[in-house]
Amino acid sequence: MSVAEREPLLSVSGLSKHFRMSRTEVLKAVDDVSFDVREGETVGLVGESGCGKSTTGRCIVRLHEPTAGAVRFAGEDVYAPAGSRSADRERKRRLCKGMQMVFQNPYSSLNPRMTVKDIVGEGFALVGRLGQKERDERIVELLRTVGLGAEHMSRFPHEFSGGQRQRIGIARALSVDPRFIVCDEPISALDVSIQAQVINMLKRLQAERGLTYLFVAHDLSVVKYISDRVIVMYLGTVVEQAGASELYRSPLHPYTRALFSAIPEADPRVARGRARIPLKGEIPSPVNPRDECRFADRCPIAEPVCRSRRPPLRDMGDGHRVACHLA
Amino acid sequence: MPEAILDVQDLSYSFRTYGGEVQAVRGVSFEVMPGEVVGIVGESGCGKSVTAQCALRLNPEPPGFRRGGRMLYKGEDVFAKGERELRRMRGAEIGFVFQDPMTYLNPTMRVGAQVEEVFAGRPGVSRREARSRADEMLALVGISDVARRREQYPHELSGGMKQRVMIAMALVGRPSLIIADEPTTSLDVTIEAQILELLDDLRRKLGTAIVLITHDLGVIAKMCDRVYVMYGGKVVESGGAEDIFYRTAHPYTAGLLGSVARLETDCDEELKAIEGTPPDLFSPPPGCPFAARCDYAMRVCRESPAPEYRLEGGHRVSCWLRHEYAEPVELPARCAPEAAV
Ligand SMILES: Nc1ncnc2c1ncn2[C@@H]1O[C@H](COP(=O)(O)OP(=O)(O)OP(=O)(O)O)[C@@H](O)[C@H]1O
Ligand SMILES: Nc1ncnc2c1ncn2[C@@H]1O[C@H](COP(=O)(O)OP(=O)(O)OP(=O)(O)O)[C@@H](O)[C@H]1O
Ligand code: SF4
Ligand code: SF4
Ligand SMILES: [Mg+2]
Ligand SMILES: [Mg+2]
Repeated sequence: MSVAEREPLLSVSGLSKHFRMSRTEVLKAVDDVSFDVREGETVGLVGESGCGKSTTGRCIVRLHEPTAGAVRFAGEDVYAPAGSRSADRERKRRLCKGMQMVFQNPYSSLNPRMTVKDIVGEGFALVGRLGQKERDERIVELLRTVGLGAEHMSRFPHEFSGGQRQRIGIARALSVDPRFIVCDEPISALDVSIQAQVINMLKRLQAERGLTYLFVAHDLSVVKYISDRVIVMYLGTVVEQAGASELYRSPLHPYTRALFSAIPEADPRVARGRARIPLKGEIPSPVNPRDECRFADRCPIAEPVCRSRRPPLRDMGDGHRVACHLA
Repeated sequence: MPEAILDVQDLSYSFRTYGGEVQAVRGVSFEVMPGEVVGIVGESGCGKSVTAQCALRLNPEPPGFRRGGRMLYKGEDVFAKGERELRRMRGAEIGFVFQDPMTYLNPTMRVGAQVEEVFAGRPGVSRREARSRADEMLALVGISDVARRREQYPHELSGGMKQRVMIAMALVGRPSLIIADEPTTSLDVTIEAQILELLDDLRRKLGTAIVLITHDLGVIAKMCDRVYVMYGGKVVESGGAEDIFYRTAHPYTAGLLGSVARLETDCDEELKAIEGTPPDLFSPPPGCPFAARCDYAMRVCRESPAPEYRLEGGHRVSCWLRHEYAEPVELPARCAPEAAV
């Protein structure tokens, strides 16, 4: 069976997460977002800083209770009332083992009082009982996978560099052998050689164990390389979604185009000689947004219709979807 | 020749841990001239942040201590300065953007007030002026709706917004030197471009010197006049941006450039990574730190540290391949300058 025909492993529908700022003001961090992720697939999630990527990820792994919408994982509604307390505990265990998150901020997500060994080994309780020796062996194996070693086991997070902390977080997520991982900027703190190692490792694990990833990153070349499909968000909404090579070949949304034109090139003459599409106008606020295209203030081709209502996500064929009145 | 604003001479810095001494920085030298953008790249854990943090003595001491060498800011040794003097310099003389915003932002204080605090106790800046300069700077780093955002706490901001608040704090006091440690890791490429333009503006209009530590070789390519490549606590290659990208002289630099994922990289081919692991900093190897992973390593590489060779136009490299008796080798070139023009 091809990837396209399978049941989605994760299904997000109508997801919203609003934060109340005051009695009259609501910050709509995520506003009516829907997408599916199929088993064994990598879906890239990109977009402007602050557009709601981490919040979406956190809602999926139950770190934020959504304001509205549903998240289904492996056929189970992760927010439906569980019935009893023990059923809820059991489900939490199941979901925790099934879904993991690598956090954007490696330091504040690692307990400063725990050694690396305890941090990485913490999840083993979910997998089943392990003997001391077996446990240590697995920890070393996990550390090796992310380019660290046995000598790091008894050290504390503050004794590591930024990139080393990031890798501890990756090892921790892998420790419970999950089916699905939300990777929130998993590689941005790493040098390009270790980035390459980590990406190769994620791809290898995917090939071997059929792992599924939601991959949030700002490096658009890496996203293209690792993703089967890519979702572009802008100010709490999905503005475009397509197969990775299709999206990079023919981006339809004006925001996606501006984003792609700013991709930095690791080559001084090219980098200094190239023009990007500048995004004019102030970044709009997610607080009490109006019912219009959220990109309208900055869009180079905006027309009156764009202000009249919010453009729906339309399918342009082959699963390439875009939310733009003029596309 | 004008005086260097930051002059690092043979600096060594270690941490005492119960496992032994971690030799994080081992004899690093570099200088930064006024109005210059200097890039530092290198392996994760090679000592970039520790080196940079010496400028304001921000490493925890103890366990950290200077093992040798000097670091001069405007001609004065920072290791001779007292706590009060260093605190005064922070923000006013040197603006520091930390790699990890959450460890340095105060979680119990609204972000607007944190940016204003840079002016606290500074003569001649009124509360009102501090406030308006803070707001202006927050807008310049791309924070929208500043009136509301300034009242939020750090945990209510996205990762990239926290990073931009950090940047605003570093820039708002108009320092002579900005040290930015991975300033754009959480920013999308359009906001990243905006921040880089802002830095470039400061440099052109105010002559601000900038040290940019980053893993993003695209950022280095775009911004830096000169680049230092570090590995295992040492500088292994330095030179103009074009020297580093087009006339790469050190095998580690070549490996780094070869690992970059590019838009045209085929998804079915593996990314090239440098095989092996970095040196153990508890007992660093006596010779070249890269020897265990280098395709060209010779016997001498394992035994004695490579001397620094001066190539054309200020380009320098520490590698035995430059020795007159060494077999000449051709490093894999990744960027061909002809193709780029
Ligand atoms: N407080 C500390 N105690 C012990 N070792 C430390 C401490 N701080 C840093 N180190 C070690 O010093 C070395 C250099 O760290 P540094 O943070 O400078 O690396 P870096 O080059 O900035 O790496 P990255 O790119 O991952 O941020 C690392 O190997 C790290 O483990
Ligand atoms: N606890 C909170 N309280 C109030 N607002 C919040 C909270 N958490 C997030 N937000 C807001 O939600 C919006 C989306 O934040 P999110 O962290 O999801 O962005 P992001 O896309 O991950 O951005 P980045 O790329 O910068 O990490 C932001 O405007 C942020 O300020
Ligand atoms: S709907 Fe209008 S304003 Fe929005 S992106 Fe499309 S053209 Fe631009
Ligand atoms: S000195 Fe030797 S080991 Fe080090 S980079 Fe040069 S050739 Fe390789
Ligand atoms: Mg985020
Ligand atoms: Mg660092």
